[in-house]
Amino acid sequence: MSLVVLRRVAFAYERTEVLVDVDLTIEEGDFLALIGPNGSGKTTLVKIILGLLRPTAGEVEIFGRRPSEFVEWDKVGYVPQKATHIDPFFPASVEEVVGMALVAGRREGGRPGREAKGKVRRALEVVGLGELGREAIGRLSGGQQQRVFIARALVTSPRILFLDEPTTGVDAETQASFYDLLDRLNKSEGLTIVLVTHDIGIVNKHVNRVACLNQKLVYHGDHAAFCRSDAFRDLIGRGDHLISHEH
Amino acid sequence: MPALFAYGFLQRAFLAGVLIAVACAVLGVFLILRKDAMIGHGLSHLAFAGVALGLFLNVLPLGAALVVAVGASLAIVKLKDRAGLHGDTAIGIFSSLGLATGILLASLGRSFNVELMSYLFGDILAIEPREVWLSVGLAAAVLAAVRLNYGKLLFMTFDRESARAAGVKVGRLDTLLMVLTAVTIVLGMKVAGILLVAALIVIPAAAGLQVASSFRGAVGASAVVAVAGVAGGLGLSLVLNIPASAAIVLLCFLAFALLFLRKKGRGLRAAPDRD
Repeated sequence: MSLVVLRRVAFAYERTEVLVDVDLTIEEGDFLALIGPNGSGKTTLVKIILGLLRPTAGEVEIFGRRPSEFVEWDKVGYVPQKATHIDPFFPASVEEVVGMALVAGRREGGRPGREAKGKVRRALEVVGLGELGREAIGRLSGGQQQRVFIARALVTSPRILFLDEPTTGVDAETQASFYDLLDRLNKSEGLTIVLVTHDIGIVNKHVNRVACLNQKLVYHGDHAAFCRSDAFRDLIGRGDHLISHEH
Repeated sequence: MPALFAYGFLQRAFLAGVLIAVACAVLGVFLILRKDAMIGHGLSHLAFAGVALGLFLNVLPLGAALVVAVGASLAIVKLKDRAGLHGDTAIGIFSSLGLATGILLASLGRSFNVELMSYLFGDILAIEPREVWLSVGLAAAVLAAVRLNYGKLLFMTFDRESARAAGVKVGRLDTLLMVLTAVTIVLGMKVAGILLVAALIVIPAAAGLQVASSFRGAVGASAVVAVAGVAGGLGLSLVLNIPASAAIVLLCFLAFALLFLRKKGRGLRAAPDRD
């Protein structure tokens, strides 16, 4: 089943073209890496799918609906770029941060009830932070904060999870356990994952689909074929915008 | 001193003062964390224009201030959204416009300057029964609106982009928050006066933020500081024969200063551990 379909999507900031004629389909169960050099339009594309930006041309469908008409946002998890660059003095507990996603789609947006607290606890256990629910978010390490934001994205039991460069500024060891967690969620829970990354090492080890973007979609297909493709050689040739880690 | 609270005027002052101060403190926590703390100052200047307009046209000043402040809060939201103005430029523009209009109207209608002064400096002990019930009703409505939207307001304040991606209508909540602030500022004019009402938005909330590790805790602590400020300020005003508005604001500042120093002393503002 196709969860996301883009047809001839284009986007421009004033006169600067960012995306041109992008056709892309994301199927249920995909672990898709969205890669490309800086300024290639990766984040813009994710924001268009999520309805945060309107394309200047083309059509977008998420679960068969246009983003502007889609209401079941609890089916979609999102961890934005720089999620961990939060105000360290913001007075929110870990439980409060995770629980935020549960009130988002409700008609009334009050405080989470008992059932919601149970969901928050379970989401924190999934990411290995069950003991830190009452801790202030600003007092956690970058890696722990990252897990809190994953828990927030997972607490509504979404069917698709978007992560925009989620491990920027996080050490290699924490990154490795983070990607193991994503692997588990994809393989055991069947969660569809769309990962925006610069890291070719991640692509090599974890994902099963790759979409390579450079204003246009220059490659979309399975991971093994990507590694033999011209698009891959072009990216490696660029070098300056991409990194490669062994995880 | 408890015997003093047998007086009707004091009961009215306490009831209205506490409710309005709590509404101010709760909204203040959201506004400070959104970096919108100065909206209180801006809207109080606009409320000044509304009061002057009400006196000039010989209609209820509180009602005129409510209309002007709510209208201006909506205009500020639109300007911030669509005109691409930086930071709090829209607040600065409307604040100056309010003050200039108020001064002009006060100058044109010279006979009402004395009454205008009571709004500038506040006179909570002279609050009338119908003003009490109006204040109680509106303050309760403000608190109920915040409670109903608490989770969404928190999400939007903490992480606006993720809140939008999760389906929170952040534009509507921006408008709601500004309108609630405008209503609360107008109500607070009687407690602290136009010149000091913004302090009720900022100082108790800033004090609460010094002690809390959760948002709920920050809201609760801010409300406690606000209630203590009103109760203590009213008491000091009666005992020492000083203006209640000044006593309330100075007590709130004292609470902020003590909590700030306590936090500094405990080193809680040291940079959190990172990877």
